Order: sequence, then structure tokens, then C-alpha cells
Amino acid sequence: MADFTQNRSVFIKIVFIALPLLIIIRLLFLQVFDIGNYKEAALGQAVYIKKVYPPRGIIYDRKNKVLMNNSIVYDLVVEPKKITSDFDTLFLCKLINVPIEDFRFQLKKVIIKNGWQKPSALFKNLSPISVARLQENLYDFSGIDLIEHAERNYHFGCGGTILGYINEVSETQLKSDRYADYQKGDYIGINGLENYYEDVLKGVPGVQYLLRDVKQRIQGAYKDGRLDSSATPGKPLQLYLDADLQKLTEELMANKLGSAVAIDPKTGGILAFANGPSFDPTLLTGANKGANLSKMLNDATKPLFIRAIQAKYPPGSTFKPLTALVALDEGVITPDYGYPCMGGYYACGRRVACTHSGHGHASNLALAIANSCNAYFCHVFRLAIDSRKYENVHIGLERWHDYMTSFGLGHPIGVDIPHENGGNIPDSNYFNRTYNDNWNSCNMAILGMGQGEVEMTPMQMANSMCILANKGYYYIPHFVKSIDADPNHPLLKKYKEKKVVAHIADSSFEYVIAGMQAVVDQGTGMIAKMPDVVVCAKTGTAQNERMINGQKVKLQNHSMFVAFAPRRDPKIAVAVCIENAGYGATWAGPIASLMIERYLKDSISEKRQYLVKKMKDAKIIPNYTYILDSLDKQMARQKDLLKNRSKDSLKRDLIIKDSLSRRHDSLTARYLIRKFYHY
Amino acid sequence: MSFKEKLFVERIDWLVVFIYLLLCLIGIACIFSVEHRSTDITFFLMKQNYMKQIIFFGVSLLIGLIILMLDSKIFTSIPFLGYTIGFFLLLLALTPLGKGVKGSHSWLNLGFLTFQPGELMKLFTALTIAKFLTLQDTNFATLKHRVICAAFAIVPMLIIILQNETGLALVYLSFFLAMYREGLPNIVIVIGVSLLILTLATLLIPKTILLYLLSGLAVFFLYLSRRQLRRSREILFLVGGIWLVGVIFSQALVPFAFTHVLKGYQVQRIYTMIGQETPAEYIGEGIDTKKQNASEYNVSQSKIAIASGGFFGKGFLNGTQTQYNWVPEQRTDFIFCTIGEQFGFFGSTILVLIYMVLLLRIVSIAERQRSQFSRIYAYCVSGILFFHLAINVGMTIGLAPVIGIPLPLISYGGTSLVIFTVLIFILIRLDADRQMVLR
Repeated sequence: MADFTQNRSVFIKIVFIALPLLIIIRLLFLQVFDIGNYKEAALGQAVYIKKVYPPRGIIYDRKNKVLMNNSIVYDLVVEPKKITSDFDTLFLCKLINVPIEDFRFQLKKVIIKNGWQKPSALFKNLSPISVARLQENLYDFSGIDLIEHAERNYHFGCGGTILGYINEVSETQLKSDRYADYQKGDYIGINGLENYYEDVLKGVPGVQYLLRDVKQRIQGAYKDGRLDSSATPGKPLQLYLDADLQKLTEELMANKLGSAVAIDPKTGGILAFANGPSFDPTLLTGANKGANLSKMLNDATKPLFIRAIQAKYPPGSTFKPLTALVALDEGVITPDYGYPCMGGYYACGRRVACTHSGHGHASNLALAIANSCNAYFCHVFRLAIDSRKYENVHIGLERWHDYMTSFGLGHPIGVDIPHENGGNIPDSNYFNRTYNDNWNSCNMAILGMGQGEVEMTPMQMANSMCILANKGYYYIPHFVKSIDADPNHPLLKKYKEKKVVAHIADSSFEYVIAGMQAVVDQGTGMIAKMPDVVVCAKTGTAQNERMINGQKVKLQNHSMFVAFAPRRDPKIAVAVCIENAGYGATWAGPIASLMIERYLKDSISEKRQYLVKKMKDAKIIPNYTYILDSLDKQMARQKDLLKNRSKDSLKRDLIIKDSLSRRHDSLTARYLIRKFYHY
Repeated sequence: MSFKEKLFVERIDWLVVFIYLLLCLIGIACIFSVEHRSTDITFFLMKQNYMKQIIFFGVSLLIGLIILMLDSKIFTSIPFLGYTIGFFLLLLALTPLGKGVKGSHSWLNLGFLTFQPGELMKLFTALTIAKFLTLQDTNFATLKHRVICAAFAIVPMLIIILQNETGLALVYLSFFLAMYREGLPNIVIVIGVSLLILTLATLLIPKTILLYLLSGLAVFFLYLSRRQLRRSREILFLVGGIWLVGVIFSQALVPFAFTHVLKGYQVQRIYTMIGQETPAEYIGEGIDTKKQNASEYNVSQSKIAIASGGFFGKGFLNGTQTQYNWVPEQRTDFIFCTIGEQFGFFGSTILVLIYMVLLLRIVSIAERQRSQFSRIYAYCVSGILFFHLAINVGMTIGLAPVIGIPLPLISYGGTSLVIFTVLIFILIRLDADRQMVLR
């Protein structure tokens, strides 16, 4: 048979060549030019980049006792997108011992919060037994993973406000500059040292490149681990803190509002730092951290309010040594200067009461300090700012302001934990504004006795004791002695600088210190007397006034006590402040004294054990604290409402109704306080 | 020494045998690379599919050897008988005796072995077409015989479509290659291609606009040929007829085919390939969009795996995507990915070129046959191989819709390997007697 169609074999051959060429061209684009970025997709799929979190730095006290270390805990992390229909929820719940309703609820919650795509922690800090059971069966569940992370462990059960805590970095924090290089899921220090020394404590995270299969099971290292980098642990911190002293102080401060600070004057190192009411720091770890935190934040006694650096008090009589120091340095008085106080200060018209009225209780500086004569220090303060050296009282007050600033008052002193408050030292601008440029030293005489506009934090009080103890210099109070055994770490540089105060003569200090010794020997602070140690101290009873609905209401006085010891070669300076506790010598004094004894002698003598028990057991939280707190909260809500005010009449009605109820509440509060507390 | 006097061993086309062995070994290596884990103690794990494939390979070699020892005349005598038996087996698979796998009903369980009659039927169809066209009474120039010849391919194809194995069914289209070589008129090809274009247009362009477009084209042609129109009215009827066929095809036939003939997921795959969303009316009941996502997922995973290979690939056993099951069906339909990932552009190109050499070699073998039977048979084999290569590789790189057909000699699967072996070895056996005239 004749073959007429032989030429068609050529066409067929052309087709047989063309198609492979087409495939090859397509492969060229796909594989060599990588059109469509499929290579990246491959890296994202099979190669799993795992961040290896280093352990955070360990924190030691001055005697190398571990205050804080790490323990490994596991979180159950779920990626909702990857949960398939054959997911055995019941089995999983059985493994981790959680009711199935809880699981569903939590799952819904994270889906609403973080969406379908993002992996989010469903249950945190699983118990070791759940972890073990789950790890064996993890391959049964797609979209479920166990992520380990280090939890902080408060080893000594104290120092919650100092050490702070860690938490997952939040969305808002991620946007800030400080946490720019953090990723979601990283942990950051929230408060205290954890926050301040975040950079050294966190260490450097490592990266592991792992291979995983389609069911997310890890199959081994990518490229035999050549790309991996190991994690560098966080650097350890050594503190000046004395763990035993800290523990005792926190116990003493239990059930009291206030704070107690002890500083080593020679270095500025903080030996103890307790805030009342003290709380168990283990509340800041574990599965219920969030709940505990919000509970404490809403507590009327505000345990998370770091009173030692955040609360401002009028220092009361504890301010008097500073007034004396300024007056001596200005040359307006001599140590022998006396003031004829007859139980009050009348020079400015209004009577300023003095607790003493006996003749000669202020016949010289030492006696005036020992007896805490109000009239004497009002007078001396006026002398100092009205000094003839200065043209007018404005310049005199500015000079005084300079002194105070050099004492570290009126501004945050620079402690190495965040959120410090600066207190308040009024300057002439303030009085110009208040008195319309028409004022004289009479308007502010009570500043000399530590009342009025002057406000200090307990930390500043303790620091002023350091200045007296050192006779004219201080180091910025700080917690950290060395970072990774290096005392000269750049972060610690500013704490190595000696701050010399106003170049006041040593003799001036000696006179004031003599007065403070007299306080303990024969004056108001005899409770702090120790048999073989010369303690110098000053009591204080700060008036406590509060504005309630535009009216000043007098509340129970704050009890203050500042001290340092021993007189020669001082080793510890202390400031204690107990809110609403009355006289300085009754509550603050004993606590300060016990702290000094514990630190200098390493133990409390048998004779004084009763005092320890009394102080530990005392509960000094007046009931009006709760009334005031609810009032404050109401005010805050009010402010918030007003701020977000809209034209919406319904909302306006709400505001009016709310403000009426607020007025009613505050009237009730005032009535209650008057009736039951007689202020 | 004349050809007839040459030893039988010398008459065998060793290049084809060599390529056959090479492809089989590449296939075993690929399946091994998918399944091997560094933790495996030994190579000889009978549970693993690569070991099964090695056994299939052994069986195939044995069958190939037997075929080489048979008399070549036997192949011209069995086609009609074989076709009849194959046809009954094909129908048998539709009865409850057949076994359903993944929604298709194309498997037959004979107790001692399970196989797809559709695969076997490829062999018999090839032989039958070759036999029919060489029959003394056959004149391929007549329409009647063309239709009969086409029916030999189309009837099994329709049955296999009923068995829900569209991929395998479409392979039967490859027999038109041989028919084309034997003189199927060009107009058939033109009409076929036009219909294909019209089908694609139906998918891409909304129905009404397509109607206007076709009408516009018809009017335009009539305007162009207005002078001839005066002389003869035939052109009017011709253009009108084509217009009518086009309109009926695009407005009624394609939608009908998409709703009643093709399955919802197949329509979806076709739409996926041309990058369009499937209109809701074509998605059958009970077929959710998950299936579409699955086929999209397969293709994108396959592309990711192939692209990640780069130029030289990641190296044997170093594939991250294929070794960790990222690509579905990677032992069978998506085996090309393992080559793409592990050996890169370099390796995949070489593989494609090997296939190209095989195809061209078969064409040249076909053209050197004295006997028409052998030639037609050779074209049938090359057509089948070509179709498999084009669709299989095409779908892994996103050029063809995902219809599950294996890569010849490389994909895992006993039936497929044995049938291809038989196809190729019959060709080699026939070629060894190329000086004989077989009828």
C-alpha cells in the first residue's frame, strides 16, 4: 500500500520535540529564575525556624544567695487553622486534665483574640504529668504544640517589687522603640530589676533550623544544624540586697501601708526595700499570674504600688536635720542657738503647734532635734531663707531649693528600677503662682519642719540619711552590685559616681549628727537604742490631709523614722514610713531599729523578740482606705467618662447621674470618716 | 550479511531497551528517595513501596523476556480476541465485581491480582487499531472505516469515563496520533482544535458576549465575501452553518457537558488550570470547594517542591519537600517533583530529554518498518507515551489540569509498569522482524 502520508511523521517529530522544550522552558522559569517565589515558600514550609530562648540571668543577693532563678514550664500552643475535623478534643482534654467545655471556651477565646492563623497559647504552665502524657501523644494532634519557656522562680519568697516579673510582650510594647527587635511570644521584664536590666538579663536567643513533615512533626536538623546558633544565657546580677534582712523587713511590713528602705551609705547599695502591704512574689508566676495581678491592681491597699519610690509623703520631722544643716551652712545659726518655744510658733500670726511646751526644750540645736521642736525649725528655716546675705526672700528660697536639689530631693533620684517618683520641693515660681508674687518667709515657715509643700519618697529620706552618715556625699541608691561579676559594667557607671553635696563643712554635719544621737539617747526615738551601737535617728509624724470633694479632711498621721548606725563608720541608713500609724516612735521606729539590729548583729536579741512579734502581727490598715479607694476609682471613672464625652444626650444624662452619685458618695465618705475616726 | 541473517540479539533495538531500563531504575530511585529515612536500618524493607516496585520491575523484565521469545506473528493474530476480552473485563469492572478506589470504579479484583482493565485495554486498542488498518478490506480513506477506527478508541474511553477515571480515559485520545499519521484528514484536526478553542472561549467569556462575538464574526466573514456571495449562495449556508454549530456548541453543548458529563471536581480542575473561578452552576451537589482546594494545593505544593530544587537540586535524599510528604501522591502522579527537587533544573531537563529521545526513537523505528501493522502500532505506543509525559509533567508544573495519570515507567504502580513494559517490548519484538510483512 502506497504511503501518501509519510511527511506527517515530520510533524509528529516536531510536536515530540516542541513539547519537551516547552516543559524545559517552564522548568527554567520555575527552578532557575524562581518565578512566583516558590523557593521561599519551600523554606517556610519544610524548614521550621525555632527560636531557642536562653535562660534569663540569675539574681543573687550580697551573700550569693539565689533570689531568683529559672524553671522550665510548658505551654500548650494551638494553631487553630491547622486543627482538622478528626481532631480528638476529648482525648486531648483527658491528657491535660481539662474539662472539654473549658477547652472549647479557651479555643474560642484565642481565635477571637488572635485569629485563625496565629499560634497562641491555650493553656499555660501545664503540670509536669500533663506535659509527659501529651508529649507521648503529640503526633496525634495537628495544630497543637508544646512550647517550653523559662518561668522565673522567686527562690527566697521575697522582693516581688524589687525583682519585678516577666510577661509576654504585648502588641503595644512591640510598637515601642525599646522592644523593636522583639517578636510576639517573647517574654520581657515588666517591673523592677527585670525591666531595668532587661537587656543584660534576657540573653541572646538562639535559632534552630529544623525540618518538619506535612504533619508538623520535627524530622531533624536542617543542613545538619550548620545554620543554627546557640542561645547565650542572660547575665547574672548580684545585688547589695541582704536576703535575710529583706525577708525580715517584708514580714515586718506585712499588713501595713508604707515602706522601709535600708541603704549602705558607703556604696549607695540598697540593703532592704520593702513595701507594705508585702505580698508573696510567687503570685507573679504560674498559671494564675494574670488573675493575681489584676486582683492586686484592684486591691484598695495597692500592693503593687512601690511606695518606697512612688509614694510622696510630707517628711514631717524627719526633715528637720536637713533644715538644721542648711541653716548651719548658711551661718544663720550656731550649734548653741536656742529658741524660746513655749509650745508653739506664733511669729507668723497663726499658731504652729509644738508637742513640747517645757522650758528649754529647744535651748540648743541638739536639744531642738532631740525634742523635735517645731517652733525652732520654723524659725531657723525662716532665718535661713531670710538671710541678710541675699537681697530678698526669693533668692533665699532659691538657695534653699538648690540645697534640696543637691540632696537628691525634688526629682527622681535614679534608682535602678523603673517608675520612680521625684517627690516635691517647691521653688519661688511655685509661690509666685500661688501667692501672686506677694509672699514672704511666713507663708512657708512650716517647710522647715517638713510639712507643707515639701514631699519626699521614702527612698529620698533614706538617701538623706546616707548624706548625713557620709558627712556630705552619697551614691545614687541602687540594687545591683555587679553584672556578670563585673562591677564596672557600663550600666552601673552612674552608680559609681560620688555625689558631693553642696560642700557643707564636716563640723556642721557633726552638730546635726550629735542632735540625732540625742534623739535616740534622750529624745523622741529612744525605742531605737541599742546597747553597744550608737544609733543616730530622727522620728517624724507627718500630717496626713486629703482633699475629699474639695474639702480638706485630716486623716491619721503617717509614722516616719529615719536613722543610720553606727555613728562612727556608718554601715546602714534606714527610712521607714508607715501610713496612718500615728507617732513615728510607735511603729516606724521599732521597725527601723529591728532592721538595724538584724543587719549589724545578724540576729535579733532575745529581749527584742517580743517587738518583732508585735510588729509582724500588727495590722495598720484603717478601714477608710477602702472608702477612699472606691472614691478614687469613681473619680477616675468620672474623669474617663468626661474625657470621652460625646454629644450623645444619653451619655450626658449618664454623666450627670454619675456625678450626682459621686457627690453623694463623697459626702457619705466624709460623714463616715468624721463619725468613726474623729478627724 | 543481510538483515534476515543477523542474529536475533543484533536485531533488537538496544537503545530503546537501554532507555527502558534507565527509566525504570530512575523510577525506583525516586520512590526510594521519597520513602527512605535516615533512621532505616536496611535497604531491604519489604513493606516499602520501592521494594514492591523492584518486584514489579523484576516481573516486568520477565514478561519482556517472554515477549521477546514469542513469534511476532502472534501479535497480529490476537488483537480482536484480546480486544473482546479486554472489553468484557472493562464492563466487568462496572459490575459489583469491580473495586472502587477513591471514587473511581475502574479496578478489577481477580482474587490473585488487582488491576485496571482500562490499562490493559490500552494495549489491545493499540494492537486492534494497527490490525484493523492493515486489514485487506479496510480503506482508511472512507468515512465509514474512519469512524469504525475511531470507535475502537472512543468506546473504551466512554466506558472508562463511566468508571470515573477521566485521566485514563483521555489517554485514548492519543490513538488519534497514529490515525493522523495514517491519513486522517487535516480538516478533522482543524475542527478538533477549533472546538477546543471554542470550549476554552466558553469557559473564559460570558455566554451572551460569546454569542455576539460569534455573530459578529459571521457577519464580518459574510461582508468580506460579499462578491462571491452574489455568485453562489453556498457560502452563506456554509458560514451560517458554522455559526449555528458554534452557537449550539458554546451555548448548549459545553454547559451540558459540564453539568451532566463531567464531574464537578473535573470542571473545577479545568477552571483551576485556566485560572478562573468555577461558576456555581457547574459545581455539582455534594462537591464542596475543598476538593478544588485540594487539587490547587497539590499543584502549588508540587510547584514549590520543583522550584526549590534550583539549578542543580538539593542532592539525592536531601529533598525537604518530597521527603517529608509535603507533596501529595508523590510516589505516583507527582513523582516528577522528586526529580525536580533533588536534581534541580539540570536533572529534570535530562529526564525530559531522555523521554524525548525515546519518543523520537520510536518514531524513527516506526518509519523503518516494512509492515504497516508494526508502524501503526509503534505510533500508538509513542502517542500513549507522549500523552502521559505531557499531561503528567504538565500538571506537576501547572501547565495541565490535574488528571491522575502516571509518568511512564517511573511512577509507582504495578499495572502501569507492566503495561508499559508489554507495550514497549512488543514494539521491540516487532522491530526485530522489521523486514517481515505482518498482516
